Amino acid sequence: MIGLNHYLVISVLLFSLGLLGVLLRRNLLIVYMSLELMLNAANLALAAFSKYNQQLDGQILVFFIVTVAAAEVAVGLALMVALFRLRQTVRVDELNAMKL
Amino acid sequence: MLCPTRRELSARLSIGAVVAAFWLSFLLWFAADLKQHGATETAFQWFSVDNLVVAFGLRLDRLSELMLLVVTGVAGAIHIYSYSYMAEDRDVPRYFASLSLFTFAMLGIVLANNFVLMFVFWELVGLSSYLLIGFWFERPAAADAGKKAFLANRIGDTGFLLGIILLWSATGSVHFGTIQQLLHEQPKLLGEMSTIIGLLIFCGAVGKSAQFPLHVWLPDAMEGPTPVSALIHAATMVAAGIFMLCRVFFVFLAEPSMPLMLAGLSGISALDVIAAIGMITALLAALMAVQQNDIKRILAYSTLSQLGLMVLAVGCRGPLPAMFHLTTHAFFKALLFLGAGAVIHAMHHEQDIWRMGGLGRKMPVTAAVFLAATLALCGLPPFSGFYSKDAILACVLKQNMVLFLAAVATSVLTAFYMFRLVFVAFAGKPRTSEAGHAHEAPALMLYPMLFLVVPSVLAGFWSVEPYLEPLFSAHAATAVKPWYEQLLAPFDEPLAAFAGLGAAGFGIFAAATLYLGAREDSLPSRWGAFARVLRNRFYIDEIYRVCITLGLDAVAAILDFFDRWILAGVIVRGLHGTVELTGRILRLFQTGNLHTYGFMFGLGVIITLWLALMR
Amino acid sequence: MQDALFLLFALVTLVGAVLVVANPFSRDPVASAMFLVVTFIGLSGLFVLLGAFFLAAIQILVYAGAVMVLFLFVLMLLNLREEQRRKYSLVKGFLGTLLVGLLASFLIGTIFGAPALTVPGPAPMNAGAGPLGKMLFLHYLLPFEVVSILLLVAIIGVVILSKKDIR
Repeated sequence: MIGLNHYLVISVLLFSLGLLGVLLRRNLLIVYMSLELMLNAANLALAAFSKYNQQLDGQILVFFIVTVAAAEVAVGLALMVALFRLRQTVRVDELNAMKL
Repeated sequence: MLCPTRRELSARLSIGAVVAAFWLSFLLWFAADLKQHGATETAFQWFSVDNLVVAFGLRLDRLSELMLLVVTGVAGAIHIYSYSYMAEDRDVPRYFASLSLFTFAMLGIVLANNFVLMFVFWELVGLSSYLLIGFWFERPAAADAGKKAFLANRIGDTGFLLGIILLWSATGSVHFGTIQQLLHEQPKLLGEMSTIIGLLIFCGAVGKSAQFPLHVWLPDAMEGPTPVSALIHAATMVAAGIFMLCRVFFVFLAEPSMPLMLAGLSGISALDVIAAIGMITALLAALMAVQQNDIKRILAYSTLSQLGLMVLAVGCRGPLPAMFHLTTHAFFKALLFLGAGAVIHAMHHEQDIWRMGGLGRKMPVTAAVFLAATLALCGLPPFSGFYSKDAILACVLKQNMVLFLAAVATSVLTAFYMFRLVFVAFAGKPRTSEAGHAHEAPALMLYPMLFLVVPSVLAGFWSVEPYLEPLFSAHAATAVKPWYEQLLAPFDEPLAAFAGLGAAGFGIFAAATLYLGAREDSLPSRWGAFARVLRNRFYIDEIYRVCITLGLDAVAAILDFFDRWILAGVIVRGLHGTVELTGRILRLFQTGNLHTYGFMFGLGVIITLWLALMR
Repeated sequence: MQDALFLLFALVTLVGAVLVVANPFSRDPVASAMFLVVTFIGLSGLFVLLGAFFLAAIQILVYAGAVMVLFLFVLMLLNLREEQRRKYSLVKGFLGTLLVGLLASFLIGTIFGAPALTVPGPAPMNAGAGPLGKMLFLHYLLPFEVVSILLLVAIIGVVILSKKDIR
């Protein structure tokens, strides 16, 4: 019988994969996709809690997260476009102007 | 002050105010019937902190009455004299404003009924003296003299303030009457600090009255306008010190004792030190005066010497003779300065007596009043100075033979240098063309001088002692003698009287032998090195300069070391180094690389989770 | 049946995610984007299994539809050359994997260390659009409005950022 734990494990694994992508990939677009993976892992965990607690609040929170994620992707991609115009690259290891 | 552009009005305002004050004091002297301890009036409580209660209160007794009379009388004469003397100066309003402030401050000292209020006015006198000495501030010498006077006074005032604080902490009051009462009831109240307190309070007088270690400011103060010198040297500033000593004389009557640390000195009371300082000042200043050529400087050193005598009298437990001499001295010394001012005015600001000569014929009135004042200063009867100086001599004689001899020697020197001045400047033939074309002073300058002649000559006929005596001792007041008895009173104590007379006579004789008709000073060739030492005022200024320079250099070196190694080295560089090291370490984490930041962030999350879940 | 579906969708989700992050066959970001769509589909399946039908629909509409279009649009716009293989720093890879592994094992350990949560009773949860909408517009009205303003700000921000003469 599949229980809450299983969903949570899937969520953790998904989150870990996303984090791995953020930490290791150098293409900023793929870093963004990895971020989406992490957000979705959170969504999955929330939906699972919602189901097993018999309460809708978790799903409401997922709804908000989806909205915020959409806004974040839009703004982030626009920033990326502006950045690319300026530096001709979206590679993370080449974007180190913050270093002194 | 009110109208900086209208010189006439400002001058008249000041003169009117001072003359009115003089008349009021005059009326008060005769009209007020003051009981033993006088009248104390508290206008309002100024401030109070815990048990420090300071009132803005006035005290009117015989002592302040006498001083009121002296201060307003002399100041009034000087105000009127200044009207003419300063007529050509472009800063007349500033001059009169400062002069009036000076007079006001002095009256404040005279009337204050507690230490704090007195100290406030005391400082105000210091300030206005600075303003007046440095009145011609365009001249560097005047500005420097002002600063010197101010700083020398500051040293003394610091001691005075410390003394006040100690006295307050011992008695819990700053009110003269209260402290006097307390000390009268329990003479050991001040405990082991009593001598120290006395000496610290005396410090204030040392500064203001220019006693020995701090006397250096007074001769330099001659850079101010001559009427200012008259005011400072006669009635106000230097008198403040003596007056203060008399006002708080009860402090010195407390049981003398020293803290354990200085137990070896326990035999010495503050009064002994005061007497010694007075004697040193009197003798040194008289010696210095012998070889000065500047007419005002001679008078300045003579003032120092006379102040030394007054302090000596106080130190010999005789505030009465001191006050008596202060009163007579105020009149004749003001007269001498005003006379010198008239001479300087006539000589177009020439002050060297060896460039004068024969002025007696050109300026007969000035010469006459100057001679009268000189005779008073030398102590010849029936001029006032004789009586007051004799009182001091008699008082000192009762205490100590050495001090008495020193005082007599001072008298000899006084007569010598004063008649040297008179013979060189007024007798003989003119030495320069200015002296030949000198003319008598204008009437507005002569009247105040003539006014001052009266008390200079007659003040001795009425001794102030019977009036003041109830303030200083428990005895019933001695009856006021009629003037004809007072005239001969000094001869009740024949040794002192004849010693004083002999000293004056000998001094005048010596001066006449050496200087009557002389073309130049013959002392340098006769005494050589000693005369040079005298002329250079025992090199005290130079010694001070060297000592202060060395001292300051040493302090500066210590401070420099402290600043360079402790502050800049350990503290500043240490802080800076620590911060920089921390920064360098932290900088390693700031790679500018997203992955590193992400890694750090993940690490932080793990540590936080571990802390939150595993503990 | 449900267990089998759970395993299937979980497998789809995880494999898709692995291929998004590390595709052994292609370095093309477009491929990653496509596998991201696969992951989203798997996730929506899981949502259906959890009874969150509305969320499943939203997941497809918003993520697989709008967000993915945005990604692909930017990819096309930037016209990135295919990323050539570069040597990964071994230390970096090791450290990253270690960190992530630590975090994952830590969390999984916590999940299984907790008292086992049994599946709730058969009480069916009506999680359609109706109850969700009612809750959203009654109980969570203020957050809803705030989020709408957030979206507006995001729109304006994107427009400003995308203008050519940005300094």
